[in-house]
Amino acid sequence: MVEIYDGSLDVKSIFNRWFDEQRNNNYGAFIPFVGVIRDEDGIDGLSFDIYEPILAQWFDGWQEKAKARGALLKMAHSRGDVWLHTSSYISAVFSPKRRVALMLIDEFVEDFKANAPIWKYDLRDGARIYAEDRSTPMNGAGLLGGKL
Amino acid sequence: MVIVEFLGPIALAPIELEAKTLGDVATVLQANALLEPWLGKCAVAVNDNMVKDMGYLLKDGDRISLLPPVCGG
Repeated sequence: MVEIYDGSLDVKSIFNRWFDEQRNNNYGAFIPFVGVIRDEDGIDGLSFDIYEPILAQWFDGWQEKAKARGALLKMAHSRGDVWLHTSSYISAVFSPKRRVALMLIDEFVEDFKANAPIWKYDLRDGARIYAEDRSTPMNGAGLLGGKL
Repeated sequence: MVIVEFLGPIALAPIELEAKTLGDVATVLQANALLEPWLGKCAVAVNDNMVKDMGYLLKDGDRISLLPPVCGG
């Protein structure tokens, strides 16, 4: 299950809880990933829209892939406004061995950027501006735009 | 009738239209000047399932979602 929070993530408490929930399940590796909002291009922060039904399906598909490799995925994301130097996205892999966890966190985060139905906006001078130039069309995009 | 909804930054209200296939939906949406720029970069879901087949047969009451380019994190 993806955990969705309004505003910035409380990174420490979420990681602590995930660790405590899994520490007795004999996973030898716990690899966290934290996305932190950088001060760049004059933004005040970022804002996010999420479409939860398809996000849940996308995540469940990844959880199945992880399970097939003996691993477990966790993820939390912000909705709405998130300010500089705070976190909007964290994820983690638990696995028996480190190699699987290192590979999975790489594959999972890359696909997250390309196919999780989340939309990012720059917050600048009170405006909320779609970050179109940093966004990626999802798999299968353009279906309705082709010649008929 | 089917309903078409526009997610994220497209910021348009849902519309209802008569359509038997996604091709019929494309015909209507391509005629809309506000939507036409989005169509080449949006993915499509029907009742929250991603669809990649233009010939997908629609049923009365189906909900079609357009998903513009994404950027989580």
